[in-house]
Amino acid sequence: MPNLSSVLEVVTATHPGMVRSHNEDSLAADAEIGLAVLADGMGGYNAGEVASGIAVELIRTEIKKSLANRKPGALDGGDAERLIETHAARANTAIYRASQSQPHYSGMGTTLVVALWHDDRLSVGHIGDSRLYRLRDGALEQITRDHSLLQEQIDSGMITREQARHSQNKNLVTRAVGIDPEVETEVHTYSVQPGDLYLLCSDGLSDMVSDEDVQLTLTSLTANLPLAAEQLVQLANDNGGRDNISVILVRIAKRYPARTSVLDRVKAWFK
Amino acid sequence: MAKLILSLEGSVIREVPLDKERITIGRRPQNDIQIENLAVSGEHACIVTILNDSFLEDLGSTNGTLVNGNPIKKHILQNNDVIEIGKYKLKYVVELATAAAAPVTQDDFERTMVMKSSPGRPGAAAAPLTSPPAGMARPAAGPLTSPPMPRAAVPAAATPKPAAADAQPLAALQLLTGPNAGKEIELVKNLTTLGKPGLQVAVITRRPQGYFITHVEGASFPVLNGKAIDAQAHQLNDHDVIELAGVKMEFFLKR
Repeated sequence: MPNLSSVLEVVTATHPGMVRSHNEDSLAADAEIGLAVLADGMGGYNAGEVASGIAVELIRTEIKKSLANRKPGALDGGDAERLIETHAARANTAIYRASQSQPHYSGMGTTLVVALWHDDRLSVGHIGDSRLYRLRDGALEQITRDHSLLQEQIDSGMITREQARHSQNKNLVTRAVGIDPEVETEVHTYSVQPGDLYLLCSDGLSDMVSDEDVQLTLTSLTANLPLAAEQLVQLANDNGGRDNISVILVRIAKRYPARTSVLDRVKAWFK
Repeated sequence: MAKLILSLEGSVIREVPLDKERITIGRRPQNDIQIENLAVSGEHACIVTILNDSFLEDLGSTNGTLVNGNPIKKHILQNNDVIEIGKYKLKYVVELATAAAAPVTQDDFERTMVMKSSPGRPGAAAAPLTSPPAGMARPAAGPLTSPPMPRAAVPAAATPKPAAADAQPLAALQLLTGPNAGKEIELVKNLTTLGKPGLQVAVITRRPQGYFITHVEGASFPVLNGKAIDAQAHQLNDHDVIELAGVKMEFFLKR
């Protein structure tokens, strides 16, 4: 696999918030293989941390392992999507089994958002209400759509986005990793442009900070990503910080087409 | 549990607990809340309750439904909303008794929970919300993995204030030197950047605790009252002087 560490600038930040005693979010980012994973766990005692930790660790190590065995440029959009699906499914099985076998882990689960950059593209998989946003040309856009009761209410026209802001049902997800024997990951692939800034976050950010303020922060502090991440966490905490807050920022410095030499293409032809 | 208080011209007729998922209001006898008045349509409106949220929908009534004086088609009910149907008023009241009776920690309020569809139908847990045009058909997706705790029973707790810094007194910068000397910049946003991109940039953040300046980019750091600051955020006091990208400016609170 081509090394993407000169292409992606990656910054992470996580904070328990102002109310919770511990942090049930987990995250990992690896610029080299172009991977970012973020999970927001749920369950009693420390089960939430266990669930999100299993998901992030398993997906990070397994995707890294399987990418190491591939030839440069051998990953296309379909492969990347399958990779995300496969390992999200494995994380689901691992968490589900743990929750079935150990009473104190019973009912634990986690949301998940996985982003994999490859060949001038981005494949993203998600389950639940952890999100991926993209800042392009100064405009912030939410790329993933929550698997939540609230989102379904918005989709069905029952309530408007403005009403949704004041809803008390923000925390009901309709899909999560590890709750059932199987889970469906929603996966899509998008084209990427140099200068794009991607934000993965848990609902501790998106529930506490308006999209306008996120956009203002990212555009104002674009020159200093660590400060931008810190500022987002601070904004969430200043607004009450009622949940754990996690953010991963990934900026695309330049194009990163998969290396396809004439020889590679000829070989692919004969495969 | 929430309830409606039905009244006519100031006198209470009865109280109706919102103990069903769907409660209908209208003139015909099969309605849960029957109002025998010609200004009320046969099937006038309905209220769908999901956990702690109640949604009001006008069912295409002849004379319409008002909430706090405004006509609505669909409305998410807030505590103390007054619904008007003809001359009748229905006040929506959220009773906090459940929260007081069963003390819950703040920690429980916003825990993420999963809604399950039915056992044996993993993954596709989407509630069947999209079907009928009314869109409010049967929103409850089925049993919750955890019982619906009274964790969100305090409505005020669920609505974060978008900008906690709003309570801050307004502040501004007055440019003291440079081509725009004399100009005033009001710090109305949560974040205001200053300086020249690529050369030297600082940001002033408005927080509940006050205003803070932080270095963003550039080899040299902003100078505050004659001293260069470090990478940390520094709180600004009234009449502090900032020097940045060759321009001096004064920070002051407006009252």
